[in-house]
Amino acid sequence: MTLLAVDGLTKRFGGLAAVSEVSFEIPEGTITGLIGPNGAGKSTLFSMIAGAARPTSGRISFAGKDVTGWQPHEAARAGVGRTFQLMRVFGSMTVLENLTTAAHVRHRTKAAARAVATRVCAETDLGEFAHRPAATLTGATKKRLELARALATSPRLLLLDEVLSGLTPTETAAAIELIERVHAQGITIVLVEHVMQVVMSLCPRLVVLDFGKLIFEGSPDDAVADQAVLDAYLGA
Amino acid sequence: MTATLAPPTAQEVPAKRVPWGRYAGIAVVAALLLAYPLVVTTSFLQTIGVMALTMAIASTGWNILGGYAGQISFGHAVFFGTGMYGTTLLVSDGWSPWLTMVPIALLAAAFGVLIGLPTFRLRGHYFSIATLAIGMMVMSILPNIQWLGATDGLSVPFLDEGFWNLTFSLRDKTEYYYTALGLFAVTTVAAWLFLRGRIGSYLEAIRDDDIAASAVGVPVRRYKLYAVAMSAGLTSIAGSYHVMFVTFVDPSSSSDLSLSTAIALIAVVGGAGSMWGPILGAWLVIALQEYTRTYLSATGRTIDLMMFGALIILVAVVDPRGLVNLIKRGYRRVRR
Repeated sequence: MTLLAVDGLTKRFGGLAAVSEVSFEIPEGTITGLIGPNGAGKSTLFSMIAGAARPTSGRISFAGKDVTGWQPHEAARAGVGRTFQLMRVFGSMTVLENLTTAAHVRHRTKAAARAVATRVCAETDLGEFAHRPAATLTGATKKRLELARALATSPRLLLLDEVLSGLTPTETAAAIELIERVHAQGITIVLVEHVMQVVMSLCPRLVVLDFGKLIFEGSPDDAVADQAVLDAYLGA
Repeated sequence: MTATLAPPTAQEVPAKRVPWGRYAGIAVVAALLLAYPLVVTTSFLQTIGVMALTMAIASTGWNILGGYAGQISFGHAVFFGTGMYGTTLLVSDGWSPWLTMVPIALLAAAFGVLIGLPTFRLRGHYFSIATLAIGMMVMSILPNIQWLGATDGLSVPFLDEGFWNLTFSLRDKTEYYYTALGLFAVTTVAAWLFLRGRIGSYLEAIRDDDIAASAVGVPVRRYKLYAVAMSAGLTSIAGSYHVMFVTFVDPSSSSDLSLSTAIALIAVVGGAGSMWGPILGAWLVIALQEYTRTYLSATGRTIDLMMFGALIILVAVVDPRGLVNLIKRGYRRVRR
């Protein structure tokens, strides 16, 4: 079943088309890598899917419903969780409070939200930081918290924006292991990543953008053999 | 979807420690507040107590919006003034002052929502700028409204002494003090109940990062409106009480910029975003204000503002999280 479909999606900033006529579908339960050189429009595409930016034209549908131009909180409520490229944790709150806040989207009472938060905290290996203010965490732990916070909203689709960049090899391995574990729970994942090795091993399917246009859709093996992809990365 | 897959290195999430320090703090502060008028019997000092409690209520209101939701208001005197004028008018119509508090608070909440509706669409400091402008507008409009007494203001009619009329002997302010204390307790509990669950989490999330908040499902604008409504309402209740104590309201006593500043400053000095902030800040700021007023000048108007400026600098330098954090740090050091 198709969970997310974008059709002819376009975002213009004045005369510049950051994303131009992009169409693709994400089947439920898959991991898809969204890649492309800097400025290809990956983050803008993410923003539109998550409701943070309004498309100039085109359609987005999620779980069979047209959701073009929805608000971020509506996206979260419908089951779209996201992380931010530049970490945006709730700095004054503890890790557990960050997760509790996110869990409140499905649970009205504090007790229920806290129970979900505690479970996610343990699952994402953040137990030892549970009562630490988020502002005092290291970069890698903040990234992990971003992911955990998105999980605490019980998403059907996770949009991960460069959760692996800037991590040490050990941290990267731990993060990949976590993403695989999340995927095993049946959560659909779309991830933007620059670390190609990771993308190749983690994602059976790639979507490649260049200058706002979709230039390739398919398996990593085909991608590295594709002339358009090679041109985009190595320069024509 | 909720299949729990424990990580290979799964650690238990440690339980939170029982906050004994907080309970002890509540007990000590409650005891001090209850004992104050028994120990301190001069009218001047008792007046300081009544004023401090009143301003603590007003500042508790401000704190919900400014301290928790991070939307700094420089116009809370407007809501305080709504309480003062509203209660005066209704008491003149024969209402009990107590019964005027909630309806007038609802009116103030409506004003707050009216200010928030256009300004909360924008991010950043636009709300703060709007509150500053609205405070100034009200200040210049009020002297032209005849039915609010224009520049002369309004007096609360003479009422028989008694609890129901919120009118007591002025020689000894003990009764005013304890009613103010009761009202402070009620409003503080109301604020605590308002903030302790999802609403509080959402407001703090908006303060920390509104974009991340919306990404985890917080309808940001709606929750800001909840905050401004509750905030304006509580501050208005303080105004309602205050006018019964001073029995008079005019434009400069109700809607002045320095009153707005004081309401905000009290929470900031005491600790913005903490339930402790308003009560700690109010005693410090009001005591300083009353003393400077008495000893340094006849009206103390400019001295007030100079002192506020100095206090803001002091808080920024010593501990931006205010007195409460200073006390917490001291407590942790002693415990070690």
